[in-house]
Amino acid sequence: MSTEARAVHFPAEDWGGGVHPYRVGHRKLGMWLFIVSDSLTFSALLMGYSYLRASNVWPTPFPFYPSIVFSSVMTFCLLSSSLTMVFGVSASSRGDKTAARKWILATICFGAAFVVLHLIEWNHLISEGLRPFSLPEHWVSTFTTSDGKLPSPLFGATFFTITGLHMFHVATGIIYLAVVAARVKKVNHEDIEISGLYWHFVDLVWMFVFPLIYIMSVDVGGHLAK
Amino acid sequence: MSAHAEEHFAGSNKLFTSIWFWLVLLTLVEIFLAYRPMSIHFMLTILLGLSIIKAALIVAYFMHLKFERLSLILTIVPMLVVCICLLFVFFPDSFRSAGLRYEFKEAPPPPAAEEH
Repeated sequence: MSTEARAVHFPAEDWGGGVHPYRVGHRKLGMWLFIVSDSLTFSALLMGYSYLRASNVWPTPFPFYPSIVFSSVMTFCLLSSSLTMVFGVSASSRGDKTAARKWILATICFGAAFVVLHLIEWNHLISEGLRPFSLPEHWVSTFTTSDGKLPSPLFGATFFTITGLHMFHVATGIIYLAVVAARVKKVNHEDIEISGLYWHFVDLVWMFVFPLIYIMSVDVGGHLAK
Repeated sequence: MSAHAEEHFAGSNKLFTSIWFWLVLLTLVEIFLAYRPMSIHFMLTILLGLSIIKAALIVAYFMHLKFERLSLILTIVPMLVVCICLLFVFFPDSFRSAGLRYEFKEAPPPPAAEEH
């Protein structure tokens, strides 16, 4: 009796079932929850990197060209791809699916440019001799401190893991967007918005990876010494 | 055409372009900072601050969270922030192991074997 009486006063219009309490569909809510869990994956990786960096002598090897120039252009590509994606979602909300498809294709092009530039940048480092668990010889001699402390060989492990996982997300996003672009007339607006959420998340992760991995490791003759 | 086509996607293209402009500008500031002489802690603080601003702009406008219901925002954002902050619990151990790792290298030479 008393339970029923309480239930009557409960604001059933939002939580009583049959409606969307968050005013988003279940698929969009699912994508938000995936984004939350994936953020924690990247946070943990960046924390692991920071942990290692704070407890070791860490090399700061990236020259202005190619590393910083490439990573800056990559950042620009990813930011621009987010802009074209949001234009696509905007066009789709107006019911203009043809324009939405064009904007999504532009997003795919920017994303592909990001992956290609990143692979070239990886290739530079690999040909210099960087491996997941060892540094190139000349980095070791450059970054050994005056009192003989060697730089950490885990630089490559953190670099390839974090940027590699991010690149995998971009590549997956390109496939996802290609499927959405191909079926743009069949899917509804919210599905396009959901693919946009994923794409912006990939951009968001890069906003942390770029400063922490690239900008913090610029080779400027050791002025970043502790 | 469909029943929920009237779901309005708030925000004009002009607004999104200005957000993009700010994001590019903040990125350029980050690259500029990379070549300014400063301590690593100061630089890390500024870079993380800028990154958080950029992330907030992306989440609020591009990911449209600013225009969603407050209940969705409160479900997603605070717990993520708390979980990420909890990860900082590892740093004291990181600073401790920095000392340990290199003290081993400084170990004194073994005493000369003179036992006759």
